[in-house]
Amino acid sequence: MAELDRIRWQCRRGMLELDLVLNRFVERELGGLDPGQLQVFKELLNEQDPMLLAWVMDQEEVPGRYDQLIRRLRQA
Amino acid sequence: MAITTRKFDAVVVGAGGSGLRAALQLAEANLQVAVLSKVFPTRSHTVAAQGGVSASLGNEEPDNWHWHMYDTVKGSDYLGDQDAIEFMCRKASEAVIELEHYGMPFDRLDNGKIYQRPFGGHTSNYGERAVKRACAAADRTGHAMLHTLYQRNVRAHTQFFVEWMALDLIRNQSGDVLGVVAMEMETGEVMVLHAKATLLATGGAGRIYAASTNAYINTGDGLGMAARAGIPLEDMEFWQFHPTGVAGAGVLITEGVRGEGGFLLNKNGERFMERYAPTVKDLASRDVVSRAMATEIKEGRGAGKDADYILLKLDHLGADVIDKRLPGIREIAKKFANVDPAKDPIPVVPTCHYMMGGVPTNMHGQSLAGHSGGTSVKGLYAAGECACVSVHGANRLGTNSLLDLLVFGKAAGEQVVRDLAADVLSHQELPKDAADRSLARLAKLDAAKSGESVHEVGAELRRTMQLHCGVFRFPDSLAEGVRKINEVAQRAGSLYFKDKSKVFNTARVEALELENLVEVAVSTMISANARQESRGAHDRSDFPNRDDATWMKHTFWYKEGNRLEYRPVQLKPLTVESFEPKARVY
Repeated sequence: MAELDRIRWQCRRGMLELDLVLNRFVERELGGLDPGQLQVFKELLNEQDPMLLAWVMDQEEVPGRYDQLIRRLRQA
Repeated sequence: MAITTRKFDAVVVGAGGSGLRAALQLAEANLQVAVLSKVFPTRSHTVAAQGGVSASLGNEEPDNWHWHMYDTVKGSDYLGDQDAIEFMCRKASEAVIELEHYGMPFDRLDNGKIYQRPFGGHTSNYGERAVKRACAAADRTGHAMLHTLYQRNVRAHTQFFVEWMALDLIRNQSGDVLGVVAMEMETGEVMVLHAKATLLATGGAGRIYAASTNAYINTGDGLGMAARAGIPLEDMEFWQFHPTGVAGAGVLITEGVRGEGGFLLNKNGERFMERYAPTVKDLASRDVVSRAMATEIKEGRGAGKDADYILLKLDHLGADVIDKRLPGIREIAKKFANVDPAKDPIPVVPTCHYMMGGVPTNMHGQSLAGHSGGTSVKGLYAAGECACVSVHGANRLGTNSLLDLLVFGKAAGEQVVRDLAADVLSHQELPKDAADRSLARLAKLDAAKSGESVHEVGAELRRTMQLHCGVFRFPDSLAEGVRKINEVAQRAGSLYFKDKSKVFNTARVEALELENLVEVAVSTMISANARQESRGAHDRSDFPNRDDATWMKHTFWYKEGNRLEYRPVQLKPLTVESFEPKARVY
């Protein structure tokens, strides 16, 4: 649980757009991620805000390992 | 209970642009510096600044700091202190070039110099024509700045406490500030950071409004800490709004949409800007558009089931034009407003963007003890959006926010270094009750078995501010707002959340943040209700004009007794002639 709580806090970002997208995703889907997906999500949260936003808004090519996750973020 | 205490020369609260710039000055002077931040430093809200940083480098065309100073004084609607404004504009070029030397990747001209672009309100020859003064790193200026400053701080051995929240200032009997009490989020552990100098750099507090462009972390923690410690807050009635944020989300829709032919509609489908600005219509200035939108909503012509937003129509432009001329807008609208603007209008409202007020300081970042005289609080400094120097006065000029944090972050750092060298500051003995206030706040939250929901009280606070103290203010509504916000403050005194765990307990953090937002909201409402004029971003229906004879003064709000005092604006610059107030026309 503590691990999920840490992830929830790390969805607090410098940009409002990311706060909205990440928190929406976390509320709906965090509990349902398997350990592999959770690991990728943690790595994604270590990326820089403008990069993350560009991926979510489909403005830059998404690296393969994040592809599935970013698609879910866009839909959340 | 024994509490861990650690000693530092200086503690900086906040790791955005101003905190990092100040910390760098301290660390490079070989001082022991601790920087506390709720989030990883490069995720501070400075990252969202896209526009650029202004400096009269004159790389593209003639420019000088005196013209920049004029634009800033005029932009402030003559509420900015002209000594501080001169200081900032004179230091701008040095601040930008210093950053360039630190490795900031500014956009460049073919000749290698920093590229500069025009920006709203930047003029040459005292308002004669637009001038290129904004320096940028693509549309990621804030991000590049944070990175550059963070790396430099790591090199200088600044010690970072990441995912720590500062709770309260420690003051002794004489009123000197001796450090902060802070909580580590990972463990819930409380620690005393005992410091010779404490510097607040906690940024803005735009989360007091339901419609805000600010990230969730912008909860005015430094202002809450200052208010609880008996330090006044200055000019809190002045908040900058942007006319078109997505209703319910806050995400900005660029003004370019109206530039390309988009326009605003009320619930009757009427293009109402034709009534307010018959010639330029939807292309009127931000203030005029925001005021018209607020009036439509106030008079019951807003759209939606609660009649609380305006519609921004652009489908008539056609999908091709929208995609070509306004890249990204459809994605933003789909994601945050659930509409495809090629088919349906976007719901928008005037949205809070920037806080002009804050912890009162002089131009050296020293926190002022009160409204009269120049006495500062020994040991306390502030810089950036959380401080009120005041260079922005009643309204901020675009790109002056990044400049503010560079110039005054450094100036505050330099002042601390000077004060330490002069032996003005020391590790004074901590009072026995140093951590008591914070521990009592935490204990009360943890002991609560029932009470008010943080979420509901927070929502009520934001609704109240939006409805009663937004971009356009009405007398009856303000009076009602004062009553309601005091009620919200009461309710916030008995918060309850279920999960009492220690590890990354977001519910606890949000309760502590709400206590800070309450101080910001109350000070804003009380200050706005009292100011009987319209100036800069503060606009009242019953007092439509600026009243220099009575109101060319700064508001000081004191938490104790919700008391207001005033302090005259400093009209005298450092070395040049004063800019006398005149009507602000663009």
